[in-house]
Amino acid sequence: MWQWFHKLGSPRWFYQISGKFLPWLALASVVLIVTGVVWGLAFAPEDARQGNSFRIIYIHVPASFLALAGYYVMAAAGAVGMIWKMKLADMVMVAAAPLGAALTFIALFTGAVWGKPTWGTYWIWDARITSMLVLLFLYIGIIALSRSFSTRETSARACAILALVGTVNIPIIYKSVDWWYTLHQPATIKLSGAPSMHPDMFKPLLVMILGFYCFYALVLLLNTRTEILLREGRTSWVKELAQPK
Amino acid sequence: MFQFESFDAFIVMGGHGPYVWGAYGLSLAIMGWLALAPLRRQRVLLAELRQRIQAQRQRGEG
Repeated sequence: MWQWFHKLGSPRWFYQISGKFLPWLALASVVLIVTGVVWGLAFAPEDARQGNSFRIIYIHVPASFLALAGYYVMAAAGAVGMIWKMKLADMVMVAAAPLGAALTFIALFTGAVWGKPTWGTYWIWDARITSMLVLLFLYIGIIALSRSFSTRETSARACAILALVGTVNIPIIYKSVDWWYTLHQPATIKLSGAPSMHPDMFKPLLVMILGFYCFYALVLLLNTRTEILLREGRTSWVKELAQPK
Repeated sequence: MFQFESFDAFIVMGGHGPYVWGAYGLSLAIMGWLALAPLRRQRVLLAELRQRIQAQRQRGEG
């Protein structure tokens, strides 16, 4: 167990293993997302009340899912890096921040565009939307913090602490639609009970969520590999990688 | 089954076209960039490292 843990912490081992997963993750992401987009745009039935603007759900919900799940990934990596002084975990944390920020931005942007024809406004200070905006600022804060220290150790520690404190926001986002009765509609999919959606509308959403999970894993691996090359440039195995043959 | 009567109706989306296409367009463009940016960055990093190694070698030999 500990040997495995040690191995997992080795950037070289991670670089080699992740290289084998990349093509498969890329293939799965493209196939699932293209299928989901075509299905959602052209073949899912129109919503009785919202009309065609409802099709934005196939981007909005998966992006929001991964924006939230990605925050846990980032905070967990930060905690592991802080507790066990694992370099690789710190790299994963730094790799997860811009990805999470981009997905949060997509969630907010698609939400705003969806809001205009549905609620008549792009933006409102609703509890769900405001707490998502706080999530975006947390991600941006981590990115800024990770670049503002001269030593990696101090920077990793500061980012991990901010990431861990910020996890308070995640359950608030989840629960905001129940705690405050505001404009944002309640969750479409709940862990307990059936989804409040017709199966013909729900199936493409499921495909898109799976596709977004694969996409998240793909970009997280890619970003972590970039971070490895950036920090391990002095090691002999990275030099060998760069060597002209 | 295809939900629209014609291709034009598909583009117009009953008046919601600009919203739907705008949301999909920008989101997918951002996602494409997310996947391609690290690949380009890695190529640049490895090329820089290669140059550094060659420069070191030339200094060592010359």
